[in-house]
Amino acid sequence: MLVTDTSNFIACLQRIQPPLNILTDVERLKPFETDAFISHRATPLCAVLPETESQVAEILKSCSRERVPVVTRGAGTGISGGAIPHDDGVLVVLTKLNKIANVDALARTATVGPGVRNLAVSDAAKPFRLFYAPDPSSQLICSIGGNVAENSGGVHCLKYGLTTHNVMRARVITSDGDVIEIGSRALDAAGYDLMAVMTGSEGMLGLITEITVKLVAEPEHIETMLAAFPSVTDAANAVGKIIGGGVIPAALEMMDKMVVEACEKVMSAGFPLDAEALLLIELDGVREEVAEQLARVETVLNECHAQEIRVAANAAEREKLWRARKGAFAALATIQPDYYTIDGTIPRRCLPEVLARYAELGREYGMTVANVFHAGDGNLHPCIFYDGTVPGEMERSEELGGKMLEICVEVGGTITGEHGVGIEKLKQMCVQFRPLELSAFHEIKAAFDPSGILNPGKGIPSLKRCSEWGGMHVRAGEIPRSDIPRF
Amino acid sequence: MNELIKNLCERLASHAASKKPLTIHGGNTKAFYGGAIVGEALDMRAYSGIIEYEPKELVLTVRAGTTLAEIERVMDKENQMLPFEPPHFGEGATAFATIGGTVATGLSGPRRPYTGAVRDFVLGTRIINGRGEDLNFGGRVIKNVAGYDVSRLMTGAMGTLGVLLDCSFKVLPKPAREITLRYEMDEATAIQRMNEWAGRPLPLSATSWCDGVLMVRLSGAESGVKAAQEKLGGENVADKMAHDFWSGLRDHRAGFFSSSEPLWRLSVPSTTPALQLNMPQWMEWGGALRWVRGIAGVNTDITTLRVKVDAVGGHVTLFRNGDKSTGVFHPLQPVLGKIHRNLKTAFDPENILNRGRMDNI
Repeated sequence: MLVTDTSNFIACLQRIQPPLNILTDVERLKPFETDAFISHRATPLCAVLPETESQVAEILKSCSRERVPVVTRGAGTGISGGAIPHDDGVLVVLTKLNKIANVDALARTATVGPGVRNLAVSDAAKPFRLFYAPDPSSQLICSIGGNVAENSGGVHCLKYGLTTHNVMRARVITSDGDVIEIGSRALDAAGYDLMAVMTGSEGMLGLITEITVKLVAEPEHIETMLAAFPSVTDAANAVGKIIGGGVIPAALEMMDKMVVEACEKVMSAGFPLDAEALLLIELDGVREEVAEQLARVETVLNECHAQEIRVAANAAEREKLWRARKGAFAALATIQPDYYTIDGTIPRRCLPEVLARYAELGREYGMTVANVFHAGDGNLHPCIFYDGTVPGEMERSEELGGKMLEICVEVGGTITGEHGVGIEKLKQMCVQFRPLELSAFHEIKAAFDPSGILNPGKGIPSLKRCSEWGGMHVRAGEIPRSDIPRF
Repeated sequence: MNELIKNLCERLASHAASKKPLTIHGGNTKAFYGGAIVGEALDMRAYSGIIEYEPKELVLTVRAGTTLAEIERVMDKENQMLPFEPPHFGEGATAFATIGGTVATGLSGPRRPYTGAVRDFVLGTRIINGRGEDLNFGGRVIKNVAGYDVSRLMTGAMGTLGVLLDCSFKVLPKPAREITLRYEMDEATAIQRMNEWAGRPLPLSATSWCDGVLMVRLSGAESGVKAAQEKLGGENVADKMAHDFWSGLRDHRAGFFSSSEPLWRLSVPSTTPALQLNMPQWMEWGGALRWVRGIAGVNTDITTLRVKVDAVGGHVTLFRNGDKSTGVFHPLQPVLGKIHRNLKTAFDPENILNRGRMDNI
């Protein structure tokens, strides 16, 4: 954008009533240059921090009139780069839309602004013995708006579902600045399931200004247990047998030796250090049912050669185990400061095979790989360690990560289970989807955002980029449906 | 099957070229549902069979023409179920509901408020769009956020966005024990109770209220269900009677549904007070789904009915019988309507798929 156009545009934003908080100086824009995908940064034209829905609508009207790209940001905890600003665009920061409008205990819903923190919703529901189930590890700081944009998971989604299963309704500002309501406080809504399409759409279809989430009853009883195994394969087999045997744990997490050692060093969680792999299993529900399941799980664990089984004796012990799990990624940073984490999902039965192949690939690249992940969901988060001071190492870690994701696709899985595509996995999207599907995605975007101003360049790669990367098969130079707009 | 898919793609492409509509069907058990049917029939029953079923993975992939009866037979052997308890409407010796129709209509049974809807368990779909292109979305894994969630978009889209080929689902183990409790109480008390109990850690799996009788189903381990029963009291309904009751509600075989009067489906927030419509009513889903019977214009005016339900944040569907000319599905706000039409055009630019079946877009 030309300098005069830029100042005219900013002047346009300055006319919005009530006056909008607009940041244009480089100094104050600095903290907004990246999200948690810190290897990439960009400086936007400006950042705006609206405090009302009508301001958001006015911002969008100005941006759509001037064709200025819009990137939406919440707490900035996303790790695929979805909230990294656009050089020529506006960064809309929704953290000030942070009011809990209402907690309806009888209807078991909470209606909140997108800037409300994930954990704050459960805190507000606690007096009614209800909670908001999706619990990404960043739940202390991540915001609900970002959770919806990314369709966040968490450690308890094996039983309670992802964000998409726990969001009922949203108010959304379209790229033209119109306000729409999607979903419903009822259990379904008229028309297409736009709530499902909006959830996980990474800020590319609309800006969410209010969200109604489902709250669920706190379980009557919880048992959390730790099982240590002499091999990763034994632990992976136990995962399949527990679920295949008819028990759906509230959470089922796995950690390998390296993660266990790091957690132990940093948090003294009391993890057994002689094991090759640990499973952290949580069962919840009606007291009697949990007791029955606990006995069944213990039998399976013993059959799978568990060398040690510990059941948390009380809430404090359970807290300690979970703190260690949720702090695992921070603990890993003490081993080596730089690492790259990926997010592929695979069918559970492929766990032993895929983990073995990851270890092999790590050896090939001469890079250390640690695993801490949502085993019950088959959602892997291998951490690839590298030395950022050595030129080319970061790129090599990304290349290794890319290969790991391609293995996920090969065994029938996906390149992202809960972190989103953002800018990080654009290349792998070309591996997972064919040009026809990618075209359909672009057309869905155009149905919501005809001018293409919302988070351009994220989430869905252009067919042109796929063919440049060589990840897409274009026959005889023919790109399917070249008539539709590309972003 | 590849030949069959190829033929389907060619047929759709040729219809797109000539702009001639097609009406997709399986067992035709839900032909009554939705806007009027126009165009040549596209029978999907030949495209049937289970592609992959890994009980240990809790994942099932089936062809759209597979009957629910067949799926349930196979899953029974593994002691697993489709968690959304899909209705089998109007089945006879030759008509069997298919999984394709289940996904296309997005209809779920009594277990829905406590376990989830069809859309909650759909993991992936393979479709043919209105251009005759064979597309694959989602997958066979439980967590997947790559690309927009097209599989859930297809669920409940009434076949207007694509012909469903393969569908993958997350499935669940069957509960070890189910019991049903019966209570006599008025409508307001029933609405209050159903909502209160849903906010407590109880193994609820279905609720219904009709004519002063509340029925509550509990599912889970024997011990858990027994313990919950002690807390809730009520009169225990014999297993056979309970089974017939819930399947009669699910499949609309109960007397209430056999009338030739128009049947309205009111989907409302579960805590909505009694609607005072002066029409016979059957409530389920913890108060969130209210079936009412009556002739619009006689018992009530359709516009008044829609306005009333709109005001509480719900929507009305003319589910069965009655005059479809005033609209089957709830009207959409103008901006939402535009997005719907854009989506329809993106998937089916010539409007050949189930034209008019979703009459609010």
